[in-house]
This record gives sequence, C-alpha cells and structure tokens, in this order.
Amino acid sequence: MSNIEAKEDEKWESMRLEFESHSYNEGFARVVVAAFMARMDPTVEEVDDVKTAVSEAVTNAIIHGYQSKEGVVIIQAKRKEGVIQVSIHDDGIGIEDIKQAMEPLYSGVKGGERSGMGFSFMEAFMDEVNVESEVGKGTTVTMTKQLGHTIYE
Amino acid sequence: MEQKEVEYKLLGRSLVICLPYEVDDHSCQNLKKDTDEIIKHNPVNRIIFDFTKTGFMDSAGIGALLSRYRKMKALGGETVIFGEDPRIRRILKLSGIYQIMRSI
Repeated sequence: MSNIEAKEDEKWESMRLEFESHSYNEGFARVVVAAFMARMDPTVEEVDDVKTAVSEAVTNAIIHGYQSKEGVVIIQAKRKEGVIQVSIHDDGIGIEDIKQAMEPLYSGVKGGERSGMGFSFMEAFMDEVNVESEVGKGTTVTMTKQLGHTIYE
Repeated sequence: MEQKEVEYKLLGRSLVICLPYEVDDHSCQNLKKDTDEIIKHNPVNRIIFDFTKTGFMDSAGIGALLSRYRKMKALGGETVIFGEDPRIRRILKLSGIYQIMRSI
C-alpha cells in the first residue's frame, strides 16, 4: 500500500469481526454491522438494506464457501462521511466462474431450495459489489453504500 | 420476545406457516422437512405464509417460499402470503414472488 493510500485510510473508522461458519451466526453478523452503522445516523431502510446484503454474503460464505462445514468468516467494515464499506471473507472453496455465480437465479446448490437471488439482492441494496475469489483459496465480497442517496418508496 | 422458530397451524385444509422474526437460511433450515411431514399426513390444499411477526427476510427466505410453492403446485394446491409489513413487501417485490403468489 502506498503512503498516500495509507494516509487516506486514516480517515476511515473500522472494525473487524471473526466468527465460526454456523448458520446461527448469520443473525449475529447482521446485528454487529447494524450497530457499527448506528453512529452514521442511517435511516431504518438503510440499516435494513445493509443487513440484508450482509446476510446474503455471510450465508454464501457458510453455504457455498465452506459447504456448511467448519470454517471462519471474517467481516471487516469501515465508515467515513456517510459511506459504509463491508467486506465478507471466507477461506472456502472459492468460485470458479464469478460471472455465472452472480447471474440472477443461478444457484450453485442443487435441489431447488435456494433462490439464486443472493448476489442480486446485494447489488439491489448496495451501491457497489465487488467479488474476488480464487478456487481452493476463498472468496471476498466487498460492498459499498453511500447513505442519504437512496430514494425509498 | 421475538419468535425464533417457524410455527405451524392447520386451519381446515390450510396449513398456516407462522414465520419467525428473522426469516433467513438459519430459521428456514427445517421448513422443507417439517412441511413435507405435515402435508404427508394431512389433506393440505393451501399454504398460508404468515409474516405477521416477521421483521427481516433475505433471499434464503425467498428460496424457502419458492420451494413450498413448487410443492403445493405439484399437489394442485395454492400458496398465499399474509401479514407482510412494508419492509418485507420490498423484499418480496424485488424477488418477483407476487407474480406467482397473491397476498391475502
């Protein structure tokens, strides 16, 4: 990281959370990120949006990344001047074809119990969604939202 | 106290699925197995998803709804939605689910 980036980074307030890949931690992860946002004075809708997006990414990490097996999910979040950025990381199996995984209604899980809408929801509720993944290494989903911009019905 | 788990009620031939406060991958884990079991032993021709107590839902909930919709459709029955608040309506609208399930 260059010095300029490091300096810019000083303005961000950040947090890091690490937890085991159990489905009961999905709610825990949502609540922690919502609490982290609280100081930004968000609207109820904005908190809901971020909670839903976090829930999608964490569920993906547990179900797809770790195939419901043991693992550690790491959430890093930072906030600055109305912008929140959350990244969800797993050291799971990774995604072979990110483009396909992000297609609406595509699900990597067979059996018809999954909607295949996870990434669509993340994209609908956040301004930016970036996915980095390497097969056998893991996946990091980084999502950014500018508060005070979304117009709600 | 927030309702944590899915609860089931039979009303005539309708199966009312009372959804918990948070409808996600975790809370929907047993929904398929449990409803399959109830449907096997009772002449259900309609599933009513009751969102009265729900304040949060993500796409795992949509997956669960779609799965039960397909099951009921295969049996010649219907699936309807009840009691959703505006936040849940937003999620349901985004998923396009109102095109196949009506809200009563």
